[in-house]
Amino acid sequence: MSDELVIDVAGLTKSFGGRKVVDNFDLKVPRGAIYGFLGPNGSGKTTTIRMVCGLLKPESGSGRVLGLDVLSDSRRIKERVGYMTQKFSLYEDLSIRENLEFIARLYGLDRRGERVDQALADLGLAERQHQVAGKLSGGWKQRLALAACMIHEPDLLLLDEPTAGVDPKARRDFWDQIRRYSAQGVTTLVSTHYMDEAVQCDSIAYIAYGKKLLDAPTADIPGKIGLRAWRVAGRPLQQAQALLERSPGVELVARFGAEIHVCGHDGALIAAAAARASAAYPHVKIEEIEAGFEEIFIYLMAGSADNFQ
Amino acid sequence: MKLPAIPALHLPELDISWARVMAVFLKELVQMRRDRPTFAIMIAMPIMQLVLFGYAINTDPRHLPAVVEMREDGPMTRAFLASLRASSFVDIVAVARREEEAEAMLRSGRVSYIVAIPEGFERRLVRGERPQILIAADASDPVAAGGAIGAIEAVARTAFAPEFEGALAHLAREPPPYEIVVQRRYNPAGISAFNIVPALLGIILTMTMTMITSIALTREAERGTMENLLATPVRPLEVMIGKTTPYVFVGAVQVVIVLLVSSLLFQIPFTGSMLAFVIGVGLFIFANLMLGYLISTAARTQMQAMQMTFFVFMPAILLSGFMFPFRAMPDWAQAIGEALPITHFLRIVREVVLKAAGLPDIVGDLGPLALITLVLAAAALLRFRRTLD
Repeated sequence: MSDELVIDVAGLTKSFGGRKVVDNFDLKVPRGAIYGFLGPNGSGKTTTIRMVCGLLKPESGSGRVLGLDVLSDSRRIKERVGYMTQKFSLYEDLSIRENLEFIARLYGLDRRGERVDQALADLGLAERQHQVAGKLSGGWKQRLALAACMIHEPDLLLLDEPTAGVDPKARRDFWDQIRRYSAQGVTTLVSTHYMDEAVQCDSIAYIAYGKKLLDAPTADIPGKIGLRAWRVAGRPLQQAQALLERSPGVELVARFGAEIHVCGHDGALIAAAAARASAAYPHVKIEEIEAGFEEIFIYLMAGSADNFQ
Repeated sequence: MKLPAIPALHLPELDISWARVMAVFLKELVQMRRDRPTFAIMIAMPIMQLVLFGYAINTDPRHLPAVVEMREDGPMTRAFLASLRASSFVDIVAVARREEEAEAMLRSGRVSYIVAIPEGFERRLVRGERPQILIAADASDPVAAGGAIGAIEAVARTAFAPEFEGALAHLAREPPPYEIVVQRRYNPAGISAFNIVPALLGIILTMTMTMITSIALTREAERGTMENLLATPVRPLEVMIGKTTPYVFVGAVQVVIVLLVSSLLFQIPFTGSMLAFVIGVGLFIFANLMLGYLISTAARTQMQAMQMTFFVFMPAILLSGFMFPFRAMPDWAQAIGEALPITHFLRIVREVVLKAAGLPDIVGDLGPLALITLVLAAAALLRFRRTLD
């Protein structure tokens, strides 16, 4: 395997109905990494993941996944990839156990009963194994889906918004599980909408309008974006917010409880806006803070991120 | 004291808003327009029915194929043959010299009649011995058999009339100086159940096998499970075999039920080879499963799959020889019929059940049936998308 890169693709492009959904996409994911895949809805995350696991054929581009050619070797890639779809895609009229046995058979696994038992135990599904999948809650369905895509012990996990619609406790358990897999050397590419999940990733690739705009270790992201932030508190907050939102240079105004955070790249413009707001509303306190991951995440997910590279 | 108010006659259910009616109406229109295949079938269905019923189907069967078994070649028999050829009731497809030849054609269904003129016909006619003209009709389809028998008598009358002149004028009398003997083969009593019940097996299998498999893939796509299936290393052929095989057993149970009912309730004799029957019916079940599977690669919703199934089911009933004599249809309709699995199956089942046919007799229909099955399976495999594109 070339330098232990599990995913090494370049120039992936895909259009639907004449619109480029994914445009010239490159990605390098090292072995054992948890790679976060961020972007607004419709930005091309699902399409990219499907191209990586061979469910969609890229129009152009090339690369290797698990050392195999992504264009010509998709069958062998599928044997070693666990793909968890965004929408639950197991059989609702089969029981948990029947679903897992079906998947285990498709991968031609030996010691099938044993593996299914193990998967059920690992994910705490043992007592529910004879329950029909359609009757499970979102969190349990998600556990089942993860168990199904792990049963053949894949080297690469592709998770497409795995925790959408799942309660916070189940999400935390889910991530603990992903961490354990990662420690065993499993590589994970996970798309998400949640900031608390994004910060758990080793690296983040950010995609908007089908183009990758950012790709860096999670810790480096704030520095890369170079966003500056000001905290605004006091009364009347609503009016101050309205004034700041209209000011030039202000790219993001986000409410955090009793305060608002104002962000932008041009410090001078925002300082001027802050001065105007202070003059208009003397009881409002404005001070510069360090832009945290919260602000950056909101900024990224708002899709207003065309102007950095 | 307060008097109870008299309730006004008011039916809240009739209190409707036309704006909301309009909203629902417009939404339905948009949804109807989006579902192109359903719309296309709704338009194509009446056209197909009109054409099939109007042109293809002929309840007054004409042009049924016949073989003439000529044991004598003289001026009178030649005149008779010429008249038969000119008649629109039968089409003489062959002139046989040997009995076995003609019999084989009747059993295989290539002809509906044998018209046999015995040796020494003319000599015995002139002597006033009333020789026989034998008409053997394939009565496994009583409708087809009935039609032309009377017609052949009329043809004989007009054919011989010009011959009975001069020295032979004494032959122009009633009853005619020859005798027409009609044999109804395979179903001497002309019981229509003999024709319909074995054929119903074909209809039942076409309907259930095709319908069940037509949603095989459609259901996976509709429920979203297709994405998971495609993400595994499973191959299209594996999916096809795995998905259709369970229904082979369902089909086998249906076959047993029909056979039991037809022998216990309708007393239909099973005259032919069981091996030939099993091979024929097995191949036919596969053909229908492949047809259904092909539909399921094309339909986007289960609803569309049902409609497409019904769409192919129509010609299966009308053009296969199930309801109307196959040989009486125009050539183009017969050509379509030949492409339908059920057409060949109906011939096989009638031959085996009623005409005591064995494996060699049905090879002529097993071949096309196998070819149709292979084409359907190949088309389904080609259409199966390995990706979500």
